[in-house]
Amino acid sequence: MKVRVLFFAAMTDLAGVRERVLDLPEGATAGDLIALLSADLPALADRRGSLMLAVNRTYASAATVLSDGDEVALIPPVSGG
Amino acid sequence: MIRLTRDPINAASVAAALGQPPDCGAVVTFSGDVRAETDPAAGPLLALEYEAYESMALSELESVRAEAMARFAVAAIAVVHRLGRLAVGETSIVIVVAAAHRAAAFDAARFCIDRVKQAVPIWKKEVFADPSAGRWVHPAPTDGARRRTQTP
Repeated sequence: MKVRVLFFAAMTDLAGVRERVLDLPEGATAGDLIALLSADLPALADRRGSLMLAVNRTYASAATVLSDGDEVALIPPVSGG
Repeated sequence: MIRLTRDPINAASVAAALGQPPDCGAVVTFSGDVRAETDPAAGPLLALEYEAYESMALSELESVRAEAMARFAVAAIAVVHRLGRLAVGETSIVIVVAAAHRAAAFDAARFCIDRVKQAVPIWKKEVFADPSAGRWVHPAPTDGARRRTQTP
């Protein structure tokens, strides 16, 4: 299945792109996606502790099971206002 | 009213657009402005650049508004956040709350700005004269923010 991954703020600089499409096995979780990305982007692993995840525009845990076509956002600590 | 905009925000027009129900004796307007700062290494701050995960930011702002409406005795709330490059002194956010009495209006306005800073996916980058000194602001997440943004 294919999942769209969105990067924001410092994550964009770290990933070098604003978004990527990843091919994941059926049943993969948001946590699996992070692990896969971290293999590519070691700096991501360092930031994992402060990173939130959103699946289809709703905050989600690493245990969330993903589906084909999902939009997963990596959300570093927010600083709006 | 919940809105993201790239244009300057006029607090008075946000309040006017909210309308004021006749049974409201209190209207509180909070305006968040870009503060002049000087970094010991990078020098004076020139601007802040805001970006958002816009679709989610709008739904999160709507949740903040709905939660404030449920918690406080208020009649109407507007939240407008600006995106893009803002010079020192410009307004990044305006929150207007109308209520029958002042206490609830102040409390709800405070609640909304605190919640925006914890959970709405909007970020700012500090811009200095030296472009290489620019940096994203990513505060250490608080326990409160974690509780509100992570499901067990």
